[in-house]
Amino acid sequence: MSKIQRIVILGLILFAIVFPLISNNDYFIHVMTLSFIWMIGVYGLNLLAGYTGYLSLAHAGFFAIGAYSLGLLTVKAEMNFWPALLLSLIITGVLGFFAGLISLRTKEHFFAIYTLCVGYIIYLVIDKWDSLTEGVRGLIGIPAPANIGPLSFETLQSHYYLVLFFLLLVVLIMYRIVHSLSGRTYIAIRNSEDLAQTIGISTMKNKLTVFVISTVIAGLSGALYASFVRFIGPDIGSIAIVFDFLTYLLVGGLGTLSGPIVGTLLIVVLSQRLQFLQDYRMLVFGPVLTLLIIFYPRGIVGTAAAWGQKRRSSVHKTRLNNLPEEQVKEG
Amino acid sequence: MEILIQQLFNGLTIGSVYSLVALGLTLVYGILHIPNFAHGALYMMGGYITLTMMTKYGFHYWIAIIVSILVVGLLGVLMERFVFHPLRDAPPIHDKIAAIGILLFLEAFAQFVWGAEYQSMPTPYGQVVEIFGLTFTMQRLLIVIAAIVVMILLTLFLKKTFTGSTIIAMSQNREGANLVGINTKKVAMLTFMISGGLAAIAASLSAPINLVFPGMGHLVILKAFVIIILGGMGSVPGAILGGYILGFSESLGATYISNDYKDIIAFVLLVIILSVKPTGLFSKGGH
Repeated sequence: MSKIQRIVILGLILFAIVFPLISNNDYFIHVMTLSFIWMIGVYGLNLLAGYTGYLSLAHAGFFAIGAYSLGLLTVKAEMNFWPALLLSLIITGVLGFFAGLISLRTKEHFFAIYTLCVGYIIYLVIDKWDSLTEGVRGLIGIPAPANIGPLSFETLQSHYYLVLFFLLLVVLIMYRIVHSLSGRTYIAIRNSEDLAQTIGISTMKNKLTVFVISTVIAGLSGALYASFVRFIGPDIGSIAIVFDFLTYLLVGGLGTLSGPIVGTLLIVVLSQRLQFLQDYRMLVFGPVLTLLIIFYPRGIVGTAAAWGQKRRSSVHKTRLNNLPEEQVKEG
Repeated sequence: MEILIQQLFNGLTIGSVYSLVALGLTLVYGILHIPNFAHGALYMMGGYITLTMMTKYGFHYWIAIIVSILVVGLLGVLMERFVFHPLRDAPPIHDKIAAIGILLFLEAFAQFVWGAEYQSMPTPYGQVVEIFGLTFTMQRLLIVIAAIVVMILLTLFLKKTFTGSTIIAMSQNREGANLVGINTKKVAMLTFMISGGLAAIAASLSAPINLVFPGMGHLVILKAFVIIILGGMGSVPGAILGGYILGFSESLGATYISNDYKDIIAFVLLVIILSVKPTGLFSKGGH
């Protein structure tokens, strides 16, 4: 990481920390917290679709599983928030493990279609299993996170910091994964699975690990959502959510570390501006998604990075070309 | 016994609609080798256009269907021309995402123009007929007959005409087809035209017994995917057969297992198939 990058990142984190202090508008803080929650989910999808090349359309389902596990554990089983959070992550992970075990046997289109169907099954089960999930009525009265010692999470500001903490944690984990040998392994699988297998990578084991990590992160995002919004309905498991995730991810940049943050923030802010469109916002975002994938498949971050690299290499080249002359002069 | 026959007939009706949708999907898959997620949106547009033509312009049911076939077919051509053609060399994940973008747009568009309400389509064939002591509505009989006629025509077109065989040639081997002088661009557009037309027919036929709303394509397209995986991606007879298998298992499942969970049957079927054979039932291997 270069020095400039370090400063930019530190600056952004600082800004995120002081944001609730400067902005007295509760609505903005609310929107920011929500977009942080989405970002976490998008990071989950990014690890699988962006770095490993498997487009999973089941992630809304795992988001919903995380949300409903937390909701049911705290509302119906009346558990404390923190063990419930941990348990809901474990539930999502275990379900993700079994879903991955079968779905990862398939590839490409089959994988996309398969996960689309898995997502739909999860949605239908949540919608129809009235006795457990309250069906279309939804789950009401999910408590805020319990206090940790003197820390309480009743206010909006404190909730904001809690979500920010989890977001930073997820980003850190992603950074560590992507820059480790495992991360490189995943990218190798994305670039060519056959080749990866040839050089001795156990693709199934790696893919399954990614799938589970990615579903757990989606589950975390769902659990945070449930405790933040306090009300969940089966709609959060619908295909529309996974399409939202995809839009955020693609606008930011598929397979980039900062893509999920950039894309989510941009689209959420734009959506707030375009609020008069409400249900019709897809009238704008649908074509944007399509045009983006045709002309800028790498998203904002990816395109900017490629552009920067090109400039740097051209600067480098001119310097090389100029080098002899300078040396001549000096000589 | 009577219930059983009634349910078998219902299965035949649903299966006919599924088969028509799956046929369009499988043809496009044969040409492009991508699953067209936007196909459900074409189906939905077909329903709405027929409805508008009938209620707003007072066209006869059949004329409305023909208009709908042409419009949705054109929509398919535009999709191929402006979206899938530029993406032909991109990684497959890009086509899928582009298709999802189109799907989101068309759904929002339908909601914008026609509203989110559920609308019912009038039909000139609402009468009830009685055959062998069983009661059918004309519309359901019409669905079955029309679907079979369309399937026969399509098969004849693909097998007996020159243009039809270019489509088959291209799905077998794109480069090869190009080498022997087939204009692959034209054939791809034609395929999208047929695929859109089939979606429009299916939607217009089934709309009077179901309803027309922006999300009407969701379940149908998911099931069509299940069908083409069941019947082999790109296979025409597979799509027809798979459609009827799914139609029957759903209508029987709804009566004898649970009406609430009847939509899950298709997906459970798919999960089982792909768990046993990850590349689909009748896939030819390779690729």
